[in-house]
Amino acid sequence: MLHFPASAPVANYFGTCLVDMCYPEYGMAGIRLLRREGVEVLCPPRQSCCGQPAYNSGFLDETRTVALHQVKVFADNDAPIVVPSGSCAAMMRYHYPRLFEGRPEHAEVLRFSERVFELTQFLNNVLHPAYKDAGAPIKVAWHSSCHARREMDCIKDSLALLAQLENVTVLPIDNEHECCGFGGTFSVKQPEISAAMVRDKAAAIAKTGAEVFLVGDCGCLMNIAGHLEKERSPMRGLHIAEFLWERIHA
Amino acid sequence: MHNADFTRNVAKALNDAPQRAHLEHVITNFMRGRRGLFNDDEELAALREAANAVKRRVVGRLAEVLERLEASCAANGIQVHWAETGEEASNIVLDITRSVGGKTLVKSKSMVTEEIHLNKTLEANGCEIRETDLGEFIIQLIGQTPFHIIAPALHVTKEQVGAIFAEKIGIDYTEDPDRLQAEARRFLRERFRRADVGVTGVNFAVAETGTICVVENEGNARMCASVPRVHVAVTGLEKIVDRLADLPLMLRMLVGSATGQRISTYFNMVGGPRRPGDQDGPEQVHLVLLDNGRSRMAGDEELRQSLQCLRCGACLNHCPVFKRIGGHAYAATYPGPVGTMVMPQLKGLDEYGYMALASSLCGACGEVCPVMVPIPSIIRRLRVEAHDAHGAVLDHGHDAARMESLAWSLWAKVMTSPGLNAMARKTMAALGGALPAVGPLGAWTSVRVRPKFSSKGLADLLREEDAKEKGSK
Ligand code: SF4
Repeated sequence: MLHFPASAPVANYFGTCLVDMCYPEYGMAGIRLLRREGVEVLCPPRQSCCGQPAYNSGFLDETRTVALHQVKVFADNDAPIVVPSGSCAAMMRYHYPRLFEGRPEHAEVLRFSERVFELTQFLNNVLHPAYKDAGAPIKVAWHSSCHARREMDCIKDSLALLAQLENVTVLPIDNEHECCGFGGTFSVKQPEISAAMVRDKAAAIAKTGAEVFLVGDCGCLMNIAGHLEKERSPMRGLHIAEFLWERIHA
Repeated sequence: MHNADFTRNVAKALNDAPQRAHLEHVITNFMRGRRGLFNDDEELAALREAANAVKRRVVGRLAEVLERLEASCAANGIQVHWAETGEEASNIVLDITRSVGGKTLVKSKSMVTEEIHLNKTLEANGCEIRETDLGEFIIQLIGQTPFHIIAPALHVTKEQVGAIFAEKIGIDYTEDPDRLQAEARRFLRERFRRADVGVTGVNFAVAETGTICVVENEGNARMCASVPRVHVAVTGLEKIVDRLADLPLMLRMLVGSATGQRISTYFNMVGGPRRPGDQDGPEQVHLVLLDNGRSRMAGDEELRQSLQCLRCGACLNHCPVFKRIGGHAYAATYPGPVGTMVMPQLKGLDEYGYMALASSLCGACGEVCPVMVPIPSIIRRLRVEAHDAHGAVLDHGHDAARMESLAWSLWAKVMTSPGLNAMARKTMAALGGALPAVGPLGAWTSVRVRPKFSSKGLADLLREEDAKEKGSK
């Protein structure tokens, strides 16, 4: 069970490397959502990557180097660390402590990990925002990232926030539980299997008849939206933070 | 096999549209069945915890439990044999068969006898061994290996079965499942009656009582264990529970996870050979305990968890990779997540290292495993072992992957120096469209557009927004 702080006047923001590289505007949307609830957001510029790509490729020393870098970057305060990605959040919350088990840094890493939350989880459980939908009626499809679902367990929070938006209908996707085939380096190490998975996922999303699909993880987004675009599908994908922000400011 | 061969298998499987449609259908049913039985999340979590505890206790003190099992079996008149390798195990079965002057055997479905290639050894030595599980019977007729660990002929349609039976056992073509079953039963009855030795696998061997338990739905395992003069049960040395009282829970978890049944049609408990005054039963019962790499696994705290596996097949049924490529593409006795986890450990990374790459680590397998084997973590561990000179898995360090090591150490440099990091992004943003689509980028763009790198990072946007705010105040 996660222990949520009762309130959060200050929060750190870990934007993730993928947001920084390809989707900084979605990262900004997350910051705005936090600020909207009166939170002072700290976003240390030295932050980089949670280390998951190297971790899942089996390169643990390199992962530790990068992980420890993040631990140090956020060591100057005790405030929560909010992450707009279930996958990166799970890496930092659940896998960092295992990586440093039996090592001198373990206690320090544990203190870091306990402060990590996924964005919608933090909003829904700590900040309790009230959203007023300002947009026209719209149908959306929701894709759960595997680690958001199975490790961070924050899908219910993402959906709870969406449920506040009156004019938004969330449509179910066939085989919603199934991985989109991204899997970090899996997508380039087993490109054929990954391609088969993303094809099926994109087809299931397209079949819903939604106007856009939403995700809480930019890895899935880059994968699925990248495929849809290649197929010249009109369906676009958005990070949930961007969508929420757009809806309440439409 | 090498990754290139695996890639070829994968391509073939992915292009097999009928097989994929069939798999989608069958696997959806498996999933629905399991979910129908375990429909209360809280209860399921508690059951998995309890089942995990039962198996953890066993694999944590395997030597002690095995000794106890051997003593209890001996007290029941069950003869216990130890086999270090698959070859040894097969030879033990051959020797037992010869010792009673026999050469015909019947066998019920057992993955461990696939692992040791028992049929091959026996046939090479003049014996005849007949598979009696309907699915296994079908694939034996066409010379294939099991497609799925609990449903060996999952990939064969009833029309194909009709054609196979017509050709191989000489019946008139039919695709009526009832008639096909009746024909198989008629054919096999005679084999059961004539067989000298019946071979079964083992689902649970009870250390406390020396009882061999076999789960099945067709009754053929019961025939194998009771009709011939000799019953030989073959098992990996991890398939043990401590106490008789552990059985109800473990049976429920195994059967429910495998087929969604509340209980299997048959549950056989073999307590020893026929005793004076008994009406039936074999004169001899043997238990072959196979190591074949398992004690190496037991020596490592993390890898040891692989030995908790019940071979229920749930991880196959929930794996998005298995669902698309099926069982044969892996070219391994155990396919799917459980195979990915155990094959490299049993047989070494040289031969099966490619399997560890065939996972997106989505976690679906670990989520459903009835004994909570952390399959994704163990697969990740195998990726570490591949280039770890001090590893614990056979052939560890086999793939020194110098290029990849270099790439990751460079990556670590970039990710720990903000200047380099921003520079990398800007370079990619500037070059993005111009980079040749080869290597990883080529793999990515085969079905997706290129990633679009942003010239500005998150920190840039934040700075701009804050400046704007200040300006407007
Ligand atoms: S690893 Fe778990 S889910 Fe897979 S076959 Fe074994 S017991 Fe079943």
